[in-house]
Amino acid sequence: MPMLSKDRNGERNVTLELTGVSHAYVGVRGARLALEGLNLAVGTGEFVSLVGPSGCGKTTVLSLLAGLFPPSRGRVLLSGQPVRGPSARIGYMLQQDYLFPWRTIRDNVLIGFDIAGNRNAGASEAADALLAELGLPDAGGRYPHELSGGMRQRAALARTLIAGPDVLLLDEPFSALDMTIKLQLEDLVWETLRKLGKTAVLVTHDLAEAAAMSERVVVLVADPGTIADVVDVPAELRRLKPTEARKAQGFNALFDRLWKRIGRDGGGAEEGGGVGDGEVPQE
Amino acid sequence: MAAARKKAGGLAMEKYRRNKAELGDAASASAAEGRQDWLKQLEAEYARKAIRTAAAVRLVQLLLLAGMLGLWEAAGGNGWIDPLLFSYPSRIFSYLWTAAADGTLWPHLLTTVIETVSGFVLGTLLGAGLAALLWWIPFLSRVFDPYMVVMNSMPKVALGPILIVGLGPGYLSIIATALSVTVIITTLVIYNRFREIDGNYVKVIRLFGGTRGQVFRFAILPASFPAIVSALKVNVGLAWIGVIVGEFLTAKQGLGYLIIYGFQVFNFTLVLSSLMVIAVVAAGMYRLVSALESLLTSGWRER
Repeated sequence: MPMLSKDRNGERNVTLELTGVSHAYVGVRGARLALEGLNLAVGTGEFVSLVGPSGCGKTTVLSLLAGLFPPSRGRVLLSGQPVRGPSARIGYMLQQDYLFPWRTIRDNVLIGFDIAGNRNAGASEAADALLAELGLPDAGGRYPHELSGGMRQRAALARTLIAGPDVLLLDEPFSALDMTIKLQLEDLVWETLRKLGKTAVLVTHDLAEAAAMSERVVVLVADPGTIADVVDVPAELRRLKPTEARKAQGFNALFDRLWKRIGRDGGGAEEGGGVGDGEVPQE
Repeated sequence: MAAARKKAGGLAMEKYRRNKAELGDAASASAAEGRQDWLKQLEAEYARKAIRTAAAVRLVQLLLLAGMLGLWEAAGGNGWIDPLLFSYPSRIFSYLWTAAADGTLWPHLLTTVIETVSGFVLGTLLGAGLAALLWWIPFLSRVFDPYMVVMNSMPKVALGPILIVGLGPGYLSIIATALSVTVIITTLVIYNRFREIDGNYVKVIRLFGGTRGQVFRFAILPASFPAIVSALKVNVGLAWIGVIVGEFLTAKQGLGYLIIYGFQVFNFTLVLSSLMVIAVVAAGMYRLVSALESLLTSGWRER
Protein backbone atom coordinates (compact mmCIF):
# COMPACT_ATOMS: atom_id res chain seq x y z
CA MET A 1 0.00 0.00 0.00
CA PRO A 2 1.67 3.22 -1.10
CA MET A 3 1.47 6.55 0.68
CA LEU A 4 -1.86 8.13 0.03
CA SER A 5 -3.26 11.54 0.51
CA LYS A 6 -6.75 10.28 -0.37
CA ASP A 7 -8.07 6.97 0.86
CA ARG A 8 -8.25 3.94 -1.41
CA ASN A 9 -11.28 5.06 -3.31
CA GLY A 10 -10.12 8.64 -3.47
CA GLU A 11 -13.23 9.69 -1.59
CA ARG A 12 -11.86 11.31 1.52
CA ASN A 13 -8.83 13.04 2.96
CA VAL A 14 -6.54 10.87 5.01
CA THR A 15 -6.43 11.66 8.72
CA LEU A 16 -4.20 8.89 10.06
CA GLU A 17 -1.35 7.31 8.19
CA LEU A 18 1.21 4.68 9.07
CA THR A 19 3.99 4.23 6.52
CA GLY A 20 6.56 1.44 6.78
CA VAL A 21 6.07 1.24 10.54
CA SER A 22 8.03 -1.36 12.48
CA HIS A 23 8.26 -1.44 16.23
CA ALA A 24 10.45 -3.48 18.56
CA TYR A 25 10.16 -3.59 22.33
CA VAL A 26 13.61 -3.69 23.90
CA GLY A 27 14.08 -4.97 27.42
CA VAL A 28 16.44 -7.00 29.58
CA ARG A 29 15.31 -10.19 27.85
CA GLY A 30 16.24 -8.79 24.46
CA ALA A 31 14.35 -7.12 21.64
CA ARG A 32 10.97 -8.38 20.46
CA LEU A 33 9.59 -7.35 17.11
CA ALA A 34 5.94 -6.39 17.63
CA LEU A 35 5.14 -4.81 14.26
CA GLU A 36 6.82 -5.05 10.90
CA GLY A 37 6.34 -2.99 7.76
CA LEU A 38 2.87 -1.70 8.52
CA ASN A 39 1.17 0.57 5.99
CA LEU A 40 -2.28 1.86 6.75
CA ALA A 41 -4.28 4.95 5.90
CA VAL A 42 -7.49 5.91 7.67
CA GLY A 43 -9.78 8.41 5.96
CA THR A 44 -11.39 11.36 7.70
CA GLY A 45 -14.56 10.20 9.41
CA GLU A 46 -13.79 6.57 8.70
CA PHE A 47 -14.28 3.78 11.26
CA VAL A 48 -11.58 1.12 11.02
CA SER A 49 -11.23 -1.96 13.21
CA LEU A 50 -8.07 -3.89 13.93
CA VAL A 51 -8.57 -7.56 14.73
CA GLY A 52 -6.18 -10.41 15.24
CA PRO A 53 -4.83 -12.88 17.77
CA SER A 54 -3.29 -11.63 20.99
CA GLY A 55 0.28 -10.55 20.49
CA CYS A 56 -0.30 -9.27 16.97
CA GLY A 57 0.49 -5.69 17.99
CA LYS A 58 -3.02 -4.22 17.94
CA THR A 59 -2.49 -2.13 21.05
CA THR A 60 0.98 -1.14 19.86
CA VAL A 61 -0.60 0.40 16.76
CA LEU A 62 -2.92 2.46 18.96
CA SER A 63 -0.09 3.58 21.23
CA LEU A 64 1.90 4.71 18.19
CA LEU A 65 -1.10 6.59 16.79
CA ALA A 66 -1.64 8.23 20.19
CA GLY A 67 2.00 9.29 20.29
CA LEU A 68 2.77 7.49 23.56
CA PHE A 69 6.08 6.44 22.04
CA PRO A 70 7.65 6.79 18.58
CA PRO A 71 7.93 3.79 16.25
CA SER A 72 11.34 2.12 15.97
CA ARG A 73 11.08 2.64 12.22
CA GLY A 74 8.68 4.33 9.83
CA ARG A 75 6.38 7.31 10.13
CA VAL A 76 3.11 8.02 11.92
CA LEU A 77 1.18 10.95 10.46
CA LEU A 78 -1.87 12.82 11.70
CA SER A 79 -3.34 14.97 8.92
CA GLY A 80 0.03 14.85 7.18
CA GLN A 81 1.99 15.99 10.24
CA PRO A 82 4.25 13.60 12.16
CA VAL A 83 2.85 12.61 15.56
CA ARG A 84 5.29 13.81 18.23
CA GLY A 85 3.38 13.03 21.41
CA PRO A 86 -0.11 12.85 22.86
CA SER A 87 -2.30 15.74 21.83
CA ALA A 88 -5.84 16.95 22.36
CA ARG A 89 -6.63 16.05 18.75
CA ILE A 90 -6.50 12.36 19.58
CA GLY A 91 -8.76 10.76 22.19
CA TYR A 92 -8.06 7.33 23.62
CA MET A 93 -10.46 4.95 25.36
CA LEU A 94 -8.99 2.16 27.41
CA GLN A 95 -10.24 -1.35 28.03
CA GLN A 96 -11.51 -0.33 31.43
CA ASP A 97 -12.72 3.11 32.42
CA TYR A 98 -9.76 4.03 34.67
CA LEU A 99 -11.74 6.84 36.22
CA PHE A 100 -9.83 8.28 39.16
CA PRO A 101 -11.68 7.07 42.27
CA TRP A 102 -10.95 10.23 44.28
CA ARG A 103 -12.45 12.56 41.66
CA THR A 104 -16.14 13.03 41.06
CA ILE A 105 -17.46 11.99 37.66
CA ARG A 106 -17.51 15.66 36.59
CA ASP A 107 -13.90 16.18 37.69
CA ASN A 108 -12.91 12.97 35.93
CA VAL A 109 -14.48 14.20 32.71
CA LEU A 110 -12.64 17.51 33.05
CA ILE A 111 -9.23 16.08 33.90
CA GLY A 112 -7.93 16.92 30.43
CA PHE A 113 -8.68 20.59 31.09
CA ASP A 114 -7.05 20.40 34.52
CA ILE A 115 -3.89 18.97 32.96
CA ALA A 116 -3.86 21.57 30.21
CA GLY A 117 -4.57 24.22 32.86
CA ASN A 118 -7.48 25.75 30.93
CA ARG A 119 -10.50 24.70 32.95
CA ASN A 120 -12.87 27.64 32.89
CA ALA A 121 -16.17 28.58 34.44
CA GLY A 122 -18.33 26.98 31.74
CA ALA A 123 -16.48 23.67 31.83
CA SER A 124 -18.64 22.10 34.54
CA GLU A 125 -21.84 22.88 32.66
CA ALA A 126 -20.32 21.48 29.47
CA ALA A 127 -19.34 18.30 31.29
CA ASP A 128 -22.81 17.86 32.77
CA ALA A 129 -24.43 18.48 29.38
CA LEU A 130 -22.21 15.91 27.69
CA LEU A 131 -22.84 13.38 30.46
CA ALA A 132 -26.58 13.88 30.06
CA GLU A 133 -26.23 13.39 26.31
CA LEU A 134 -24.42 10.11 26.92
CA GLY A 135 -27.18 8.88 29.22
CA LEU A 136 -25.73 9.97 32.56
CA PRO A 137 -27.82 12.92 33.73
CA ASP A 138 -27.17 13.91 37.37
CA ALA A 139 -24.06 11.72 37.64
CA GLY A 140 -21.59 14.63 37.68
CA GLY A 141 -21.35 14.95 41.45
CA ARG A 142 -21.06 11.23 42.15
CA TYR A 143 -17.93 9.15 42.64
CA PRO A 144 -16.95 6.35 40.25
CA HIS A 145 -17.55 3.54 42.74
CA GLU A 146 -21.20 4.57 42.95
CA LEU A 147 -21.68 3.79 39.24
CA SER A 148 -22.05 0.51 37.39
CA GLY A 149 -19.48 -0.69 34.88
CA GLY A 150 -21.49 0.48 31.88
CA MET A 151 -22.10 3.91 33.40
CA ARG A 152 -18.43 4.29 34.20
CA GLN A 153 -17.47 3.46 30.62
CA ARG A 154 -19.96 6.13 29.47
CA ALA A 155 -18.22 8.60 31.78
CA ALA A 156 -14.88 7.55 30.29
CA LEU A 157 -16.32 8.22 26.83
CA ALA A 158 -17.35 11.69 27.98
CA ARG A 159 -13.83 12.29 29.30
CA THR A 160 -12.47 11.35 25.89
CA LEU A 161 -14.97 13.39 23.88
CA ILE A 162 -15.08 16.62 25.88
CA ALA A 163 -11.87 18.06 24.48
CA GLY A 164 -13.30 17.59 20.97
CA PRO A 165 -10.69 15.26 19.46
CA ASP A 166 -10.74 14.61 15.70
CA VAL A 167 -9.67 11.01 16.16
CA LEU A 168 -10.85 8.39 18.62
CA LEU A 169 -8.72 5.38 19.44
CA LEU A 170 -10.73 2.61 21.10
CA ASP A 171 -8.72 -0.11 22.83
CA GLU A 172 -11.23 -2.92 23.44
CA PRO A 173 -13.45 -0.49 25.34
CA PHE A 174 -16.38 -2.91 25.59
CA SER A 175 -14.58 -6.11 26.46
CA ALA A 176 -15.03 -5.81 30.23
CA LEU A 177 -18.79 -5.27 30.01
CA ASP A 178 -21.85 -7.51 30.08
CA MET A 179 -23.30 -8.46 26.70
CA THR A 180 -26.41 -6.25 26.92
CA ILE A 181 -24.50 -3.19 28.11
CA LYS A 182 -21.82 -3.85 25.52
CA LEU A 183 -24.44 -3.78 22.75
CA GLN A 184 -25.97 -0.57 24.10
CA LEU A 185 -22.59 1.10 24.29
CA GLU A 186 -21.62 -0.06 20.81
CA ASP A 187 -24.70 1.72 19.50
CA LEU A 188 -24.01 4.80 21.61
CA VAL A 189 -20.38 5.10 20.49
CA TRP A 190 -21.26 4.38 16.87
CA GLU A 191 -24.02 7.00 16.80
CA THR A 192 -21.98 9.61 18.67
CA LEU A 193 -18.96 9.22 16.41
CA ARG A 194 -21.10 9.29 13.29
CA LYS A 195 -22.98 12.39 14.45
CA LEU A 196 -19.75 14.23 15.24
CA GLY A 197 -17.98 12.96 12.13
CA LYS A 198 -15.00 11.58 14.07
CA THR A 199 -12.35 9.29 12.71
CA ALA A 200 -12.07 6.10 14.75
CA VAL A 201 -9.78 3.13 15.11
CA LEU A 202 -11.15 0.24 17.17
CA VAL A 203 -8.99 -2.56 18.48
CA THR A 204 -10.95 -5.66 19.42
CA HIS A 205 -10.69 -9.41 19.58
CA ASP A 206 -14.42 -9.73 19.02
CA LEU A 207 -14.94 -10.28 15.29
CA ALA A 208 -18.68 -9.66 15.52
CA GLU A 209 -18.06 -6.30 17.15
CA ALA A 210 -15.59 -5.33 14.45
CA ALA A 211 -18.00 -6.40 11.72
CA ALA A 212 -20.96 -4.59 13.26
CA MET A 213 -19.26 -1.28 13.98
CA SER A 214 -16.72 -0.54 11.30
CA GLU A 215 -16.43 0.33 7.65
CA ARG A 216 -13.21 -1.57 7.20
CA VAL A 217 -11.68 -4.43 9.17
CA VAL A 218 -7.92 -4.84 9.17
CA VAL A 219 -6.84 -8.38 10.01
CA LEU A 220 -3.43 -8.63 11.68
CA VAL A 221 -1.32 -11.72 12.24
CA ALA A 222 1.26 -12.19 14.98
CA ASP A 223 5.03 -12.76 15.15
CA PRO A 224 5.73 -10.19 13.90
CA GLY A 225 2.53 -8.18 13.59
CA THR A 226 1.72 -7.60 9.95
CA ILE A 227 -1.45 -6.89 8.01
CA ALA A 228 -2.83 -10.14 6.61
CA ASP A 229 -5.93 -8.74 4.98
CA VAL A 230 -8.21 -5.75 4.78
CA VAL A 231 -11.91 -6.60 4.57
CA ASP A 232 -14.40 -3.97 3.42
CA VAL A 233 -17.74 -4.02 5.18
CA PRO A 234 -20.58 -4.03 2.62
CA ALA A 235 -22.24 -0.63 2.20
CA GLU A 236 -25.64 -1.85 3.40
CA LEU A 237 -24.14 -2.96 6.73
CA ARG A 238 -22.19 0.26 7.24
CA ARG A 239 -25.40 2.25 7.28
CA LEU A 240 -26.91 0.23 10.13
CA LYS A 241 -26.42 0.65 13.85
CA PRO A 242 -24.33 -2.18 15.33
CA THR A 243 -27.31 -3.92 16.95
CA GLU A 244 -29.21 -3.79 13.64
CA ALA A 245 -26.19 -4.75 11.57
CA ARG A 246 -25.79 -7.88 13.69
CA LYS A 247 -29.28 -8.98 12.61
CA ALA A 248 -28.99 -7.88 8.98
CA GLN A 249 -28.51 -10.04 5.95
CA GLY A 250 -24.90 -10.37 4.90
CA PHE A 251 -23.60 -10.05 8.49
CA ASN A 252 -23.01 -13.77 8.90
CA ALA A 253 -21.21 -13.95 5.57
CA LEU A 254 -18.92 -11.11 6.65
CA PHE A 255 -18.33 -12.72 10.02
CA ASP A 256 -17.48 -16.01 8.29
CA ARG A 257 -15.03 -14.31 6.06
CA LEU A 258 -13.23 -12.71 9.02
CA TRP A 259 -13.33 -15.94 10.96
CA LYS A 260 -11.73 -17.90 8.16
CA ARG A 261 -9.18 -15.18 7.60
CA ILE A 262 -8.15 -15.24 11.29
CA GLY A 263 -8.29 -19.01 11.47
CA ARG A 264 -5.99 -19.54 8.51
CA ASP A 265 -3.16 -17.37 9.80
CA GLY A 266 -1.37 -17.46 13.11
CA GLY A 267 -3.34 -20.15 14.90
CA GLY A 268 -6.60 -18.23 15.02
CA ALA A 269 -8.57 -16.52 17.71
CA GLU A 270 -7.52 -18.46 20.76
CA GLU A 271 -9.33 -16.00 23.02
CA GLY A 272 -12.90 -17.03 23.70
CA GLY A 273 -14.16 -13.62 22.58
CA GLY A 274 -12.94 -14.33 19.05
CA VAL A 275 -15.95 -16.48 18.46
CA GLY A 276 -18.08 -13.40 18.84
CA ASP A 277 -19.64 -14.09 22.20
CA GLY A 278 -22.35 -16.46 21.24
CA GLU A 279 -22.14 -16.05 17.48
CA VAL A 280 -21.38 -19.53 16.23
CA PRO A 281 -19.37 -19.56 13.05
CA GLN A 282 -21.08 -21.60 10.38
CA GLU A 283 -18.41 -23.82 8.96
CA MET B 1 -41.16 2.35 71.67
CA ALA B 2 -41.03 -1.22 70.42
CA ALA B 3 -44.66 -1.59 71.33
CA ALA B 4 -45.56 1.55 69.41
CA ARG B 5 -43.69 0.27 66.40
CA LYS B 6 -45.47 -3.06 66.67
CA LYS B 7 -48.77 -1.28 66.81
CA ALA B 8 -47.86 0.79 63.75
CA GLY B 9 -46.82 -2.40 61.98
CA GLY B 10 -50.13 -3.99 62.95
CA LEU B 11 -52.08 -1.03 61.63
CA ALA B 12 -50.12 -1.16 58.40
CA MET B 13 -50.89 -4.84 58.06
CA GLU B 14 -54.55 -4.17 58.65
CA LYS B 15 -54.54 -1.43 56.06
CA TYR B 16 -52.69 -3.77 53.73
CA ARG B 17 -55.29 -6.48 54.17
CA ARG B 18 -58.14 -4.02 53.74
CA ASN B 19 -56.65 -2.57 50.58
CA LYS B 20 -55.77 -5.92 49.17
CA ALA B 21 -59.48 -6.54 48.72
CA GLU B 22 -59.74 -3.57 46.40
CA LEU B 23 -58.57 -3.89 42.84
CA GLY B 24 -56.51 -1.60 40.60
CA ASP B 25 -53.83 1.01 41.27
CA ALA B 26 -54.89 1.82 44.81
CA ALA B 27 -54.32 -1.76 45.87
CA SER B 28 -50.87 -1.99 44.38
CA ALA B 29 -49.91 1.39 45.85
CA SER B 30 -50.81 0.30 49.35
CA ALA B 31 -49.10 -3.03 48.76
CA ALA B 32 -45.97 -1.05 48.11
CA GLU B 33 -46.63 0.88 51.31
CA GLY B 34 -46.98 -2.34 53.27
CA ARG B 35 -43.74 -3.58 51.81
CA GLN B 36 -42.05 -0.36 52.89
CA ASP B 37 -43.31 -0.80 56.44
CA TRP B 38 -42.08 -4.36 56.51
CA LEU B 39 -38.60 -3.35 55.31
CA LYS B 40 -38.48 -0.54 57.90
CA GLN B 41 -39.34 -3.10 60.56
CA LEU B 42 -36.49 -5.35 59.42
CA GLU B 43 -34.12 -2.39 59.49
CA ALA B 44 -35.16 -1.46 63.03
CA GLU B 45 -34.66 -5.03 64.22
CA TYR B 46 -31.21 -5.13 62.66
CA ALA B 47 -30.26 -1.79 64.27
CA ARG B 48 -31.46 -2.97 67.69
CA LYS B 49 -29.39 -6.14 67.42
CA ALA B 50 -26.28 -4.18 66.37
CA ILE B 51 -26.65 -1.82 69.35
CA ARG B 52 -27.06 -4.75 71.73
CA THR B 53 -23.90 -6.45 70.43
CA ALA B 54 -21.87 -3.22 70.66
CA ALA B 55 -23.06 -2.67 74.23
CA ALA B 56 -22.10 -6.24 75.20
CA VAL B 57 -18.59 -5.77 73.76
CA ARG B 58 -18.11 -2.55 75.76
CA LEU B 59 -19.39 -4.17 78.92
CA VAL B 60 -16.99 -7.13 78.64
CA GLN B 61 -14.11 -4.75 77.91
CA LEU B 62 -14.87 -2.72 81.04
CA LEU B 63 -15.27 -5.85 83.16
CA LEU B 64 -11.94 -7.15 81.93
CA LEU B 65 -10.22 -3.87 82.81
CA ALA B 66 -11.85 -3.71 86.22
CA GLY B 67 -10.98 -7.37 86.85
CA MET B 68 -7.33 -6.88 85.99
CA LEU B 69 -7.01 -3.74 88.09
CA GLY B 70 -8.84 -5.44 90.96
CA LEU B 71 -6.59 -8.51 90.80
CA TRP B 72 -3.51 -6.28 90.71
CA GLU B 73 -4.76 -4.26 93.67
CA ALA B 74 -5.52 -7.41 95.66
CA ALA B 75 -2.18 -8.97 94.77
CA GLY B 76 -0.33 -5.82 95.86
CA GLY B 77 -2.39 -5.38 99.03
CA ASN B 78 -2.12 -9.02 100.15
CA GLY B 79 1.55 -9.33 99.40
CA TRP B 80 1.17 -11.92 96.59
CA ILE B 81 3.55 -9.73 94.57
CA ASP B 82 6.21 -7.37 95.84
CA PRO B 83 4.53 -3.94 95.98
CA LEU B 84 7.94 -2.29 95.82
CA LEU B 85 8.48 -3.73 92.35
CA PHE B 86 4.96 -3.89 90.97
CA SER B 87 3.23 -1.18 92.99
CA TYR B 88 -0.55 -1.30 92.78
CA PRO B 89 -3.30 0.68 91.07
CA SER B 90 -4.58 2.77 94.01
CA ARG B 91 -1.05 3.99 94.71
CA ILE B 92 -0.46 4.75 91.04
CA PHE B 93 -3.71 6.67 90.69
CA SER B 94 -3.14 8.63 93.89
CA TYR B 95 0.35 9.53 92.67
CA LEU B 96 -1.04 10.60 89.28
CA TRP B 97 -3.77 12.60 91.03
CA THR B 98 -1.29 14.56 93.15
CA ALA B 99 1.17 15.01 90.27
CA ALA B 100 -1.64 16.31 88.06
CA ALA B 101 -3.00 18.56 90.82
CA ASP B 102 0.31 20.15 91.79
CA GLY B 103 1.26 20.53 88.11
CA THR B 104 4.49 18.50 88.18
CA LEU B 105 3.15 15.98 85.61
CA TRP B 106 2.19 18.41 82.82
CA PRO B 107 5.63 19.69 81.72
CA HIS B 108 6.81 16.09 81.32
CA LEU B 109 3.71 15.10 79.40
CA LEU B 110 3.83 18.18 77.17
CA THR B 111 7.51 17.67 76.34
CA THR B 112 7.00 14.05 75.33
CA VAL B 113 3.85 14.76 73.34
CA ILE B 114 5.52 17.58 71.39
CA GLU B 115 8.53 15.37 70.63
CA THR B 116 6.36 12.44 69.56
CA VAL B 117 4.02 14.48 67.38
CA SER B 118 6.95 16.15 65.63
CA GLY B 119 8.52 12.71 65.30
CA PHE B 120 5.64 11.10 63.44
CA VAL B 121 4.49 14.13 61.45
CA LEU B 122 8.00 15.07 60.30
CA GLY B 123 8.89 11.41 59.78
CA THR B 124 5.90 10.87 57.51
CA LEU B 125 6.44 14.09 55.56
CA LEU B 126 10.17 13.50 55.12
CA GLY B 127 9.59 9.86 54.18
CA ALA B 128 6.96 10.84 51.60
CA GLY B 129 9.28 13.51 50.22
CA LEU B 130 12.17 11.07 49.88
CA ALA B 131 9.84 8.53 48.25
CA ALA B 132 8.75 11.20 45.76
CA LEU B 133 12.40 11.97 44.97
CA LEU B 134 13.18 8.28 44.39
CA TRP B 135 10.11 7.96 42.15
CA TRP B 136 11.03 11.10 40.26
CA ILE B 137 14.60 10.02 39.56
CA PRO B 138 14.69 6.25 38.98
CA PHE B 139 18.47 6.45 38.73
CA LEU B 140 18.63 7.66 42.33
CA SER B 141 16.40 4.83 43.50
CA ARG B 142 18.72 2.27 41.92
CA VAL B 143 21.78 3.93 43.41
CA PHE B 144 20.31 4.13 46.90
CA ASP B 145 18.67 0.70 46.91
CA PRO B 146 21.44 -1.15 48.86
CA TYR B 147 21.88 1.76 51.26
CA MET B 148 18.16 1.77 52.00
CA VAL B 149 18.25 -1.96 52.70
CA VAL B 150 21.13 -1.53 55.16
CA MET B 151 19.55 1.48 56.84
CA ASN B 152 16.24 -0.34 57.14
CA SER B 153 17.70 -3.47 58.72
CA MET B 154 19.81 -1.51 61.20
CA PRO B 155 18.44 -0.98 64.73
CA LYS B 156 18.03 2.77 64.41
CA VAL B 157 17.95 3.55 68.13
CA ALA B 158 21.59 2.46 68.18
CA LEU B 159 22.24 5.77 66.42
CA GLY B 160 21.05 7.56 69.58
CA PRO B 161 24.50 8.27 71.10
CA ILE B 162 25.81 9.57 67.77
CA LEU B 163 22.81 11.87 67.37
CA ILE B 164 23.27 13.21 70.89
CA VAL B 165 26.94 13.93 70.25
CA GLY B 166 26.10 15.55 66.94
CA LEU B 167 23.05 17.57 67.93
CA GLY B 168 23.65 18.08 71.61
CA PRO B 169 21.46 16.78 74.42
CA GLY B 170 17.92 18.08 74.26
CA TYR B 171 14.86 18.30 72.08
CA LEU B 172 16.69 18.15 68.80
CA SER B 173 18.49 14.86 69.33
CA ILE B 174 15.37 13.21 70.76
CA ILE B 175 13.29 14.22 67.74
CA ALA B 176 16.16 13.07 65.53
CA THR B 177 16.09 9.66 67.23
CA ALA B 178 12.36 9.44 66.56
CA LEU B 179 12.95 10.43 62.93
CA SER B 180 15.68 7.82 62.51
CA VAL B 181 13.12 5.19 63.47
CA THR B 182 10.32 6.49 61.23
CA VAL B 183 11.82 7.97 58.06
CA ILE B 184 13.41 4.98 56.33
CA ILE B 185 10.51 2.60 56.69
CA THR B 186 8.09 5.34 55.62
CA THR B 187 10.18 6.03 52.53
CA LEU B 188 10.23 2.35 51.58
CA VAL B 189 6.50 1.81 52.14
CA ILE B 190 5.39 4.92 50.26
CA TYR B 191 7.88 4.44 47.42
CA ASN B 192 6.63 0.88 46.91
CA ARG B 193 3.07 2.20 46.88
CA PHE B 194 4.05 4.77 44.24
CA ARG B 195 5.38 1.99 42.05
CA GLU B 196 2.31 -0.21 42.52
CA ILE B 197 -0.09 2.32 40.99
CA ASP B 198 -1.82 0.78 37.97
CA GLY B 199 0.11 1.92 34.91
CA ASN B 200 -3.13 2.66 33.09
CA TYR B 201 -3.84 5.62 35.39
CA VAL B 202 -0.46 7.00 34.37
CA LYS B 203 -1.39 6.28 30.75
CA VAL B 204 -4.61 8.31 31.09
CA ILE B 205 -2.65 11.35 32.30
CA ARG B 206 -0.02 10.93 29.59
CA LEU B 207 -2.71 10.63 26.91
CA PHE B 208 -3.96 14.06 27.94
CA GLY B 209 -0.47 15.41 27.43
CA GLY B 210 0.47 15.34 31.11
CA THR B 211 4.09 15.83 32.15
CA ARG B 212 5.88 13.66 34.73
CA GLY B 213 5.02 16.24 37.38
CA GLN B 214 1.35 16.08 36.43
CA VAL B 215 1.39 12.28 36.46
CA PHE B 216 2.64 12.58 40.03
CA ARG B 217 0.15 15.26 41.03
CA PHE B 218 -2.97 13.83 39.36
CA ALA B 219 -2.41 10.09 39.66
CA ILE B 220 0.47 8.86 41.83
CA LEU B 221 0.10 11.12 44.86
CA PRO B 222 -3.70 10.98 45.32
CA ALA B 223 -3.71 7.23 44.73
CA SER B 224 -1.07 6.85 47.44
CA PHE B 225 -2.84 9.11 49.89
CA PRO B 226 -4.37 6.26 51.92
CA ALA B 227 -0.94 4.61 52.13
CA ILE B 228 0.59 7.86 53.36
CA VAL B 229 -2.05 8.30 56.04
CA SER B 230 -1.68 4.71 57.18
CA ALA B 231 2.10 5.27 57.33
CA LEU B 232 1.27 8.17 59.64
CA LYS B 233 -0.64 5.73 61.83
CA VAL B 234 2.23 3.27 61.99
CA ASN B 235 4.62 6.12 62.72
CA VAL B 236 2.66 7.09 65.84
CA GLY B 237 3.87 3.85 67.42
CA LEU B 238 7.40 4.08 66.02
CA ALA B 239 7.83 7.71 67.12
CA TRP B 240 7.00 6.70 70.69
CA ILE B 241 9.84 4.16 70.61
CA GLY B 242 12.29 6.76 69.31
CA VAL B 243 11.22 9.44 71.78
CA ILE B 244 11.24 7.22 74.86
CA VAL B 245 14.68 5.80 73.98
CA GLY B 246 15.93 9.31 73.26
CA GLU B 247 14.65 10.48 76.64
CA PHE B 248 16.25 7.48 78.34
CA LEU B 249 19.56 8.58 76.92
CA THR B 250 19.59 12.32 77.39
CA ALA B 251 16.47 14.06 78.67
CA LYS B 252 15.96 16.27 81.69
CA GLN B 253 12.20 16.24 81.17
CA GLY B 254 9.56 13.95 79.73
CA LEU B 255 7.81 10.66 80.45
CA GLY B 256 10.83 8.63 79.33
CA TYR B 257 12.93 10.67 81.75
CA LEU B 258 10.42 9.91 84.55
CA ILE B 259 10.66 6.19 83.79
CA ILE B 260 14.46 6.11 83.85
CA TYR B 261 14.54 8.36 86.93
CA GLY B 262 11.99 6.17 88.73
CA PHE B 263 14.11 3.14 87.86
CA GLN B 264 17.28 4.77 89.21
CA VAL B 265 15.71 5.74 92.56
CA PHE B 266 13.77 2.46 92.67
CA ASN B 267 10.39 4.22 92.64
CA PHE B 268 8.35 1.84 90.55
CA THR B 269 5.15 3.66 91.25
CA LEU B 270 6.62 6.49 89.21
CA VAL B 271 7.68 4.08 86.43
CA LEU B 272 4.28 2.43 86.18
CA SER B 273 2.42 5.76 86.43
CA SER B 274 4.42 7.07 83.47
CA LEU B 275 3.64 3.89 81.55
CA MET B 276 -0.06 4.39 82.25
CA VAL B 277 0.07 7.95 80.97
CA ILE B 278 1.94 6.81 77.86
CA ALA B 279 -0.65 4.09 77.20
CA VAL B 280 -3.54 6.54 77.44
CA VAL B 281 -1.90 9.33 75.42
CA ALA B 282 -0.58 6.97 72.71
CA ALA B 283 -4.02 5.39 72.28
CA GLY B 284 -5.55 8.87 72.08
CA MET B 285 -3.06 9.94 69.39
CA TYR B 286 -3.78 6.82 67.39
CA ARG B 287 -7.51 7.54 67.58
CA LEU B 288 -6.96 11.13 66.44
CA VAL B 289 -4.90 10.00 63.44
CA SER B 290 -7.56 7.41 62.56
CA ALA B 291 -10.20 10.14 62.68
CA LEU B 292 -7.99 12.30 60.45
CA GLU B 293 -7.66 9.38 58.03
CA SER B 294 -11.38 8.86 57.62
CA LEU B 295 -11.87 12.62 57.32
CA LEU B 296 -9.30 12.94 54.53
CA THR B 297 -10.28 9.91 52.47
CA SER B 298 -14.04 9.88 52.99
CA GLY B 299 -16.28 9.90 49.94
CA TRP B 300 -14.28 8.19 47.25
CA ARG B 301 -13.19 5.16 49.18
CA GLU B 302 -15.38 2.11 49.14
CA ARG B 303 -15.84 0.73 52.59
